[in-house]
Amino acid sequence: MIYLDNAATTKVKPREVIRAVTKALEEGMGNAGRGAGESSLGSARVLFDTRVALGELFGAESPMRISFASNSTEALNTAIMGVLDPGCCAVTTAMEHNSVLRPLFRLRDEGMKLIVLPVDEKGRISLTELEEVLKAGGVRAFVCTHASNLTGNVNDLYSIGRICRRYGVLLIVDASQSAGVFPIDVQEMNIDILCFTGHKGLLGPMGTGGLYVREGVFVRPLKEGGSGIHTFDERHPLDMPEALEAGTQNAHGIAGLCAALEYIKKTGVDNIREKEQTLAKRFYDGIKDLPGIIFYGDYEAKDRAPIVTINIEDYDSAKISDILLMDYGIETRSGGHCAPLMHKAFGTVEQGSVRFSFSHKNTIEETDAAIQAIRDMVL
Amino acid sequence: MITMLKKELKLIITFHTTAEAIAMEKKSKAQGVAGRLIPVPREISAGCGLAWCAPLEERENLREKLVYFGINYQEIHEVLV
Repeated sequence: MIYLDNAATTKVKPREVIRAVTKALEEGMGNAGRGAGESSLGSARVLFDTRVALGELFGAESPMRISFASNSTEALNTAIMGVLDPGCCAVTTAMEHNSVLRPLFRLRDEGMKLIVLPVDEKGRISLTELEEVLKAGGVRAFVCTHASNLTGNVNDLYSIGRICRRYGVLLIVDASQSAGVFPIDVQEMNIDILCFTGHKGLLGPMGTGGLYVREGVFVRPLKEGGSGIHTFDERHPLDMPEALEAGTQNAHGIAGLCAALEYIKKTGVDNIREKEQTLAKRFYDGIKDLPGIIFYGDYEAKDRAPIVTINIEDYDSAKISDILLMDYGIETRSGGHCAPLMHKAFGTVEQGSVRFSFSHKNTIEETDAAIQAIRDMVL
Repeated sequence: MITMLKKELKLIITFHTTAEAIAMEKKSKAQGVAGRLIPVPREISAGCGLAWCAPLEERENLREKLVYFGINYQEIHEVLV
């Protein structure tokens, strides 16, 4: 089986990650922040080491600005519900995943003003348009993805951050498709809140992830509950990072994430990205001149997430994906990819699209097999 | 010209949740019931999700099995896939 659905999750994890999770389970972990026994402290130390590694990866001013969450969706809900309210105005883009759109639509339905920046025929937003919207004033936050999970288009966060800072607008970034693959520096990019998942480019287990929150930015906790501190306070403590971490943390999973971060540091984000981009480009070049293939995204851009999304004529994407699976043993993703506004923009609501997404663990042989499968289908 | 994308009329069962679809697969495999999970064809629903795809002649057997398995399915369609 050839797995080309790495934008959904990276299936192949480094050995170090597997060993770390196994070790955590075999040796056992206490509940971090619940007691001063060695087991509890050991668990708390793993969480702390992981905060440090995440803080370093993202250029955070302190590891205390990193809170854990179970995935990007939880992190984004925490960020969006925590800084916005029905009385304010927010801006987002048509590039977004439902994990951004749905919490924003919920707030919009409760009275918040929401402006959605459209995309062009290649799925790109206009920074001139962003600046015009923010210049008009009254916007509390701009919520945008770093890289589209549908097209692989990458947003220029340096420019976006400068624009947001110029107009005093909070910048909330969805790094689901970029963390661990593209360099992210929250200081240089003026990112106020960065939401990430642990199981995609960060190569950790599912059920891990989190958010960076800039010093001075207040996020109302989405959840209240056990914190291990201030037991007699009626409300959940507001001190970062525990402010956004009510309840027992996934320490076994975070032990794996910690090992994954070490692996990424050792391997190098640039090396990982170059390998993935090489494979995605090879696939694109291998099929771009074939008849009947429709591509979605900007394939002339210098930087792209390792995603190639296509349709074949007007065939149902589900059918193409199923043939790739059954006849060629290639796993892809069909349908809407939780990106409804992109499909509306591309006119592919009914058809969906077939997404091929690469990991640095994929090989040239696997990529060539995917090219051959498409050739067989259209020639 | 795509020659290999021949369509065939199939029985397609949709579910309210992914969990129900997986329950269907698990129970069907255990009892040797015909069919497999596929992405929901666009003729039924745009977007995502899983559906059980089986030969048409399995209709009555599958109806019985859905009840026997206690599967909370959505609908049974006949679709060219």
